[in-house]
Amino acid sequence: MTQHGWPLFEVFIRSKSGLSHKHAGSLHAADAEMALLNARDIYTRRKEGVSIWVVESKAITASDPHDKDSLFEPADDKIYRHPTFYSIPDEVKNI
Amino acid sequence: MTTPTKEALFEYVLRMGDNSLVLGHRLSEWCGHGPELEEDIALTNIALDLIGQARLLLAYAGEIEGKDRSEDDLAYLRDGMDYKNLLIVEQPNQDYSYTIVRQFLYDAFNFELYSRLLESKDQHLASIAAKALKETSYHRRHSAQWIVRLGDGTQMSHEKVQQALDELWMYTGEMFDMDEVDEGMLEAGIGVDLEAIRHHWDEHVNAVLEEATLERPQDAWMMSGGKAGKHSEHLGYILADLQYLQRAYPGAAW
Repeated sequence: MTQHGWPLFEVFIRSKSGLSHKHAGSLHAADAEMALLNARDIYTRRKEGVSIWVVESKAITASDPHDKDSLFEPADDKIYRHPTFYSIPDEVKNI
Repeated sequence: MTTPTKEALFEYVLRMGDNSLVLGHRLSEWCGHGPELEEDIALTNIALDLIGQARLLLAYAGEIEGKDRSEDDLAYLRDGMDYKNLLIVEQPNQDYSYTIVRQFLYDAFNFELYSRLLESKDQHLASIAAKALKETSYHRRHSAQWIVRLGDGTQMSHEKVQQALDELWMYTGEMFDMDEVDEGMLEAGIGVDLEAIRHHWDEHVNAVLEEATLERPQDAWMMSGGKAGKHSEHLGYILADLQYLQRAYPGAAW
């Protein structure tokens, strides 16, 4: 919260059709509609995107860094889950 | 259908260019002083859009005039009486509510103007309008959203924005005044019927004010004169700031 009490929003930008929205940064705004306008001015000035999502930061539930071992390490020795045995044609992008 | 004189077309395009330049300069004064970082960027973005529009319009005006004056010559080397912008755009920023009300009233007008200019018989003007309309649609949305939030916000924000509205209202009449130049351009199928767009301006302004719980001021005496080069004292200060470098060091470039 700022001293004026404006909530914090997280901004997600889709850089072009077919790609997914990626986290671009955050900003303060009076409400969601203004956050969308401000996100346009702050994060798409140099043609970065074709679509914007904003969501109040407080709506995000994040994993705790201390849980890293229990959450992520069990996947380390299960290489059979990775589709690394396939060759991908050059024409296929964005995988 | 008549063919307008070169002088009338020059005057018509010059007025639009001056509106964009003076308002763009006013908004640029907020750079680094915005009430929030996000709004600082939003306002200076709009300022840049307006200055971009001014460049296109003034460059075209210089071309029409045919006296070898560039956009820079027109911007930096004309005196106040040769500036033909509306009085509303030169009014001081004062505070954020004042700036937003000025922007709201002007954006609503500019949007209607450019929308009609898409059909101008002057191809060059129509193509400038097509580019500017996209920017102006965004400006109009931004300022209208702020009017609603300030008007329907706290008691203090409501009072401040209502006061700004009451004080700036007398500059709205001039936007729709048709003088000889406007009549001539309309006759030639180049310009816009300002009386006709007033209705659409009213609709937008009324709807936003209602949502913002603001009271539309009564139409009383309206200030005018900007189009004829008669300005408030504010323009002199703007030009002193804007033109200082080229006046002190003629032809300076970097």
